[in-house]
Amino acid sequence: MCSVCGCGEATIALDKDRDKAGAHTHAHGPHDHPHDHDHPHDHDHDHDHDHDHDHPHDHDHEHGHDHDHDHDHDHDHRHHHEDGAVDYGKGLAGAHVPGLSQERIVRIERDILSKNDAYARDNRRFLAERGVFALNVVSSPGSGKTCLLVKAIDALKERMPVTVIEGDQQTSNDAERIRATGASAVQINTGKGCHLDAHMVGHALETLSPPPGSALFIENVGNLVCPAAFDLGEAHKVVVLSVTEGEDKPLKYPDMFAAADLLLLNKSDLLPHLDFDVGACLANALRVNPRLQTLIVSAKTGEGVAAFVAWIEASAARRAVDMAKG
Amino acid sequence: MHEMALTESIVEIALEEARKQGARKVTRVSLDIGALSSVEPEALEFCFSAVASGTAAEGAKLEIERVAGAGWCLDCEQSVPLAERFGACPRCGGYRVRMTAGDELKIREMEID
Repeated sequence: MCSVCGCGEATIALDKDRDKAGAHTHAHGPHDHPHDHDHPHDHDHDHDHDHDHDHPHDHDHEHGHDHDHDHDHDHDHRHHHEDGAVDYGKGLAGAHVPGLSQERIVRIERDILSKNDAYARDNRRFLAERGVFALNVVSSPGSGKTCLLVKAIDALKERMPVTVIEGDQQTSNDAERIRATGASAVQINTGKGCHLDAHMVGHALETLSPPPGSALFIENVGNLVCPAAFDLGEAHKVVVLSVTEGEDKPLKYPDMFAAADLLLLNKSDLLPHLDFDVGACLANALRVNPRLQTLIVSAKTGEGVAAFVAWIEASAARRAVDMAKG
Repeated sequence: MHEMALTESIVEIALEEARKQGARKVTRVSLDIGALSSVEPEALEFCFSAVASGTAAEGAKLEIERVAGAGWCLDCEQSVPLAERFGACPRCGGYRVRMTAGDELKIREMEID
């Protein structure tokens, strides 16, 4: 709300001009305003909001949002620097002390996940250069991810080399189970971490050195929330859901199902003993992500494992073709 | 969810920008956090002071602006408020809604000294 006239329609529009000082229009609603807000003024506005006009980066983004909350609007910008940062002529106490304690406001506009995403890009480039097809396998704890991977590796290893990065808070039990198949595996223990991030995976890739033309499974920490947000550089996320978990899980944890490209509905061998409605579960998953592909599998009986392996081979081949095309 | 990891990333980015600007201290960091982003602002605040401690961002104020969820309903042909991700349109009950706001996880600006 504007504290000058009390209207709730103050619009602060910054244009893309380089000169930001005073480039601010203060448009009010349909009533007349006794004075306009053209700059420069010779007085300070003392709205209670804090809005700066500095743009340390290029001026290629627009700000045209409505401010209907309280801000401290200070029109006393004076010093523009080459980098676009604006020095306030005032320090904290409002005193003019040139050269001393100059508080500056720096516009950042950066995604909080941008660090992770940069590592993920590096991983993706590394994997593409080697022609390694990487899957980020996610699920809640106990869905049967490792068991399913062991089955898939047994079926896949004659056709293409397979390596595995195992993520768990503690123990290397899962990596040992994978190594028993003959595939090489690196265990990452995240300690308190609830997910793998791209930086950890980058280090694991150095250690693992997956051979060209191989498939890489990255088995994420069992958690249906956090791993959805962290790109690791994989080709696809594969979400594993077991039939003992409830049909509405895709609605309860939509981020993960939205981020995945393939859903493996595991433990199908238990279906005769449960009231689980496969159709309802898939409907919920598809509501969240209409592009999701789905397979019904059982790590115990091997149902659907051949289809999963065929999906991996076909997807890896298509990705290689896409990469070759650039 | 993973507020600790996000906070580490926030502090890292803030310190990196502060170095670029030749600042001694970071005094305020302002974030845009979408209401549908599955991030708990209170948990971010809690983690922030711990992560910033001992760095140039120690004692910095963390300001969080919650961005309300909104989507474009293809059937109503208008912008509608969204209370949950992939939720139905509150006007027509349909699911042909594309989220347009509410999943922000962004550092908007910061104040340095």
